[in-house]
Amino acid sequence: MSAIMRGLWKLTWLEIKIFMREPLGAIGTIVVPVVAFVILGRVAALPSSRASSNMIQVALPVFAAILIALSAVLSLVTIISIYREGGILKRLRATPLRPPTILTAHVVVKLLLTAVTLVLMMLAGKRYYPMDVKVPVVSFAIALLISTWSILSIGFVIASLVPTARFAQPVGAVIMYPMVALSGLFAPIDAMPAALQVVARLTPLTYAVSLLRGIWKGDAWSAHLGDVAALVAVFAVCTAISSRVFRWE
Amino acid sequence: MTPQPVIHVAGCRKTYGATVAVDDVSFDVEPGEIFGLIGPNGAGKTTTMECVEGLRVPDRGTISVLGLDPFRDVYTLQERIGVQLQQAQLQKRIKVWEAVDLWTSLYRRPATDSNRLLEQLGLTEKRDAWFMNLSGGQKQRLFIALALVNDPEVVFLDELTTGLDPQARRAIWDLVRGIRERGKTVFLTTHLMEEAERLCDRVAIIEHGRIVAIDTPERLVARHCPERTVLLATADPEAGERFRAIPRVDSVAGHSGRFTIRGRGDDLVTDVIHCLSENRIRVTEFRTVLPTLEDVFLTLTGHSIRD
Repeated sequence: MSAIMRGLWKLTWLEIKIFMREPLGAIGTIVVPVVAFVILGRVAALPSSRASSNMIQVALPVFAAILIALSAVLSLVTIISIYREGGILKRLRATPLRPPTILTAHVVVKLLLTAVTLVLMMLAGKRYYPMDVKVPVVSFAIALLISTWSILSIGFVIASLVPTARFAQPVGAVIMYPMVALSGLFAPIDAMPAALQVVARLTPLTYAVSLLRGIWKGDAWSAHLGDVAALVAVFAVCTAISSRVFRWE
Repeated sequence: MTPQPVIHVAGCRKTYGATVAVDDVSFDVEPGEIFGLIGPNGAGKTTTMECVEGLRVPDRGTISVLGLDPFRDVYTLQERIGVQLQQAQLQKRIKVWEAVDLWTSLYRRPATDSNRLLEQLGLTEKRDAWFMNLSGGQKQRLFIALALVNDPEVVFLDELTTGLDPQARRAIWDLVRGIRERGKTVFLTTHLMEEAERLCDRVAIIEHGRIVAIDTPERLVARHCPERTVLLATADPEAGERFRAIPRVDSVAGHSGRFTIRGRGDDLVTDVIHCLSENRIRVTEFRTVLPTLEDVFLTLTGHSIRD
């Protein structure tokens, strides 16, 4: 057990260092979403804008949070496919590292990154965001981590599907972005055509959005146990699928 | 009592869909030897090696490594073997010392001092360099270092010197001999016949997934390619006649004083020297050409390994 934990810790720390060495690695994933969030908020708050206060107070921050989660997932898919193509996954597997440890390290790295980006966004928001929003910060952070963790498991299924690293980003985007459109973030699901409603209710992001929006507005966790259960179910199903179809080489 | 083989492979078969990659492959690797699996690309070398390493499961056949089942006992076995994989990479921006440090932390008994290991492999100056900035030879030396961190009993090297220049290749050969001198067993694959000949104590020639011959390089050459050739230069006008009179000589070709004498058997060279000395023939040049594993491969398969 201790050897497994030591391997996990070493590999996680190493992957963080390697990620920070990527040109644009830190800036692209951490700074860009924060800046975009602040700018969008200010634009929406301009007198000429017809954005509702609900838009500024709830929709935009939740959208930003979802984008953080998505960028973590897309980055995971890309890294996994690059590692597979370069034989890095295969090389790591030919050590006493257990296969789940290798993949868990990447999940931990992405969750840490998500947490850091969220904290920065909160800090930037406090100073520069146009409206003072009272939010249960810790609960929201936990909600975002649960959502990201669940969606990352979809990332492993996508990483098994993409043929080469070159397709990782586009394939990931084509699968993930339509989920955002159907998630109920922009248009209420009840207002959608019946067929789309069915699809929306099958989309994992719908539950992430519902959870994040609820917690952001100050709902109690007990009101969102269904969302959490759905996200855990997504994780369980996707992990079961990837343990069968995941390709190491 | 003969010692237990370190690696025992019997009747191993592996297919990918309709393609038979390896068929009925059997061989033993003895303790302390450098054993080479040689053959052209696509012959089944890597598949065989990866079955032995426990990375693939054969469809049929039995394999044991150090008395263990490589697939069932993979984690026990990994503590006792070191592997270098063909065409594997590391993270582009991982530093040399970080890779060695990670690998060292993964094994229960890392017996080797990692600084000394880096020094032995000539990587001390590169310890802070990123993997992506290493030369091909430096990358391969790092992979050898990673294969040695746990002081393994058996070391697997898959196409270790492919893509390296001759100088880097020679340096790697010296390192591999050093591994054997430390009492370890080495199992390697190569498609370079020169490498096999210089490095391996015994080789198995594999073609289309089947092993066609196993022995020491010298015995393979002696058995399958007994031809010997002597090249010499002399001004003696009678020389051609004399050479043709040697019993074991098959053919003599020569013009303007340069002769190519062909025959079979180890005694051919002695016979030619006798003939020169008996007839007081003065030579200005004398060279023997022995067949190589390359010729053995050609004889056994009917085509060159480079085709």
